[in-house]
Amino acid sequence: MFLKSLKIILFFLLAAVIYGAFLYAPLAKGLGEYTRVLYFHVPTAWITVTAFAVGALFSGIYLKNKELKYDLWAEAANQLGLLFGVLATVTGSIWAKMSWGSFWNWDPRETSIFILLLIYAAYFALRSAVEQADRRAALSAVYDLLAFVTVPFFVFVVPRIYSSLHPDPIVNTQGKIHMNGKMLLVFLSSLSAYTAVFFWMLKQRIDLIGIQLKIKQLEN
Amino acid sequence: MKLTAEKISKNFAEKSIFKNLTFEAESGTCLAVLGPNGSGKTTLMRILSHLILPTSGSITYSQNGTTIRPEHIFQHIGFLGPYLELYQDLSAMENLEFFSKIRGLKDFAPRIFQLMEQFGLKGREDDAVKTYSSGMKQRLKYVFALLHEPQILFVDEPRSNLDEEGIRLVYEVLQQYKQNHLLIMATNDSDDLKLADVKVQVNV
Amino acid sequence: MYKAWLVFRKDVQQEFKTRYALNAIFLFAIVTLTAVSFSIGAFSAGPEILSALLWIILFFSSMSGLAHIFVREEETHTADTLKLVTTSSSVFIGKLLFNIMLLFMVELLVVPLFMGVMNFVIYDAFVFVLSLVFGTFGLAGGGTIVAAIISKSNTKGALFTVLAFPILLPVIVSGISAAKKAATNAPLVLASSELQALFAFAVVIITAGILLFDFIWNE
Repeated sequence: MFLKSLKIILFFLLAAVIYGAFLYAPLAKGLGEYTRVLYFHVPTAWITVTAFAVGALFSGIYLKNKELKYDLWAEAANQLGLLFGVLATVTGSIWAKMSWGSFWNWDPRETSIFILLLIYAAYFALRSAVEQADRRAALSAVYDLLAFVTVPFFVFVVPRIYSSLHPDPIVNTQGKIHMNGKMLLVFLSSLSAYTAVFFWMLKQRIDLIGIQLKIKQLEN
Repeated sequence: MKLTAEKISKNFAEKSIFKNLTFEAESGTCLAVLGPNGSGKTTLMRILSHLILPTSGSITYSQNGTTIRPEHIFQHIGFLGPYLELYQDLSAMENLEFFSKIRGLKDFAPRIFQLMEQFGLKGREDDAVKTYSSGMKQRLKYVFALLHEPQILFVDEPRSNLDEEGIRLVYEVLQQYKQNHLLIMATNDSDDLKLADVKVQVNV
Repeated sequence: MYKAWLVFRKDVQQEFKTRYALNAIFLFAIVTLTAVSFSIGAFSAGPEILSALLWIILFFSSMSGLAHIFVREEETHTADTLKLVTTSSSVFIGKLLFNIMLLFMVELLVVPLFMGVMNFVIYDAFVFVLSLVFGTFGLAGGGTIVAAIISKSNTKGALFTVLAFPILLPVIVSGISAAKKAATNAPLVLASSELQALFAFAVVIITAGILLFDFIWNE
């Protein structure tokens, strides 16, 4: 019951965010209409990181107590991470085209998200290469954690070596885009709405996994 | 040395291999694992020896009432099976020296020579294992399994590839060994079963 | 540690009887070096391109040889035998030592050859050597743990590079950058962030490898 009403609230919240992003929020001074993509790009990028972190957490839990469901949860979280990662790449690429002139120019931020997608594509390639469920779970959990410890190197090392045009990922420490109250309101509601969407989607997958496991158990 | 297996089950990819096996065995006995081909005898052997984990259930070894911790169990185990190979490119001696040293044995050379002689491999110590015939390889595996005088000996298919002389020798060794050690054997052969005291049927 | 040393010695003994990994990695390095040298031909490439080419050669040669150490144990059915006699950490460290040795041997051959053939001049040998040493530890650390992963999977060949490349990319990026700076006579201070990155990466990946290996080895 609670979840059902949450779903409806989420629907209206997202509708409001879309309206707000295109019509309500004013433009930042000196920047064009394209900056509105900000309200979708930053949340998707944030969800990507969150999803992979949640995936790594589940992988760690799997290795600790070897219950197959955690491996499947990790897979679900990483799938969502990959999905949002693609969305973040596409929105970011549109932004790059408008402000830097080309869709793709190997800016360190673009490189890091590309590598991130590559890592998780490799994660799924590994999963498809192992048939036995518990072995697949252990191997992919190890790879997930291994990938997770190397990700900070992309975030911190690569941009230090090659200078980036990308605004600082923590919004408003450098103040590249100054947000006024209305903009901040839309931005923060978009961030929380997308975060809620992610956790709602993850919850759906986790429930589905629970049902699938139960069916398999009954079959045996 | 006493083995207690409680309600062990193993699934591979959601498919159940066996369920809720419970049994006990002590030093001085031979436990035989029986079952048709593909029933999971080997899987049970690998689980009992801690090479792989069961899906559920527990296996404990205890000596004089104190339980041996799982990480120390390999010191007490000798294992021989068709899927446990020695290093083919190295000579028999190089293999056995490596295994003795890594197991932390002292003064192992006389023991190696004595076992090599017992199993009729004297004079072939410095030949690469890949030049051995399959029967000789099986004999060498016995040398490897008995090298550290283990408390528990796992033998999967004791007679595979052996000639009559070899089989007679192996029975003699196993018969003597089980007097005061625990012998665990996977087999379907009726001759092998003469050694067995406790039997576990795998398929249900 | 003594046990890790024994595992390492056993692998060296085995390797020098078959020379499988050694041949694969040396020939691969020579072939790629030849291909690069041919395709560049008479053009003189700057230090930016040359340092990138050097690291690409090193990376792909290591990809051709590092997986062998674990795949061999699985293919010859000796992994269980090894598991019976020793701990997982000594296996991992022994194999890691072997892969480090393998990479150093390749570098001893490839780097001087590359510098000679491609006319790659290093001004700051200290930075260059240090970046190679740290980079080798990183490559070997990541390569060894990924090798352990793929040795348990069904498709062993192509998967290794796919899994290892994104994880090892920080090594390649920092290595290229350090080599570039060493070749353009930049003072040490400027290359320090690359060297720090290479060093930190090696420490992190080797530690993670030792901790995670147990979960692969003892299923």
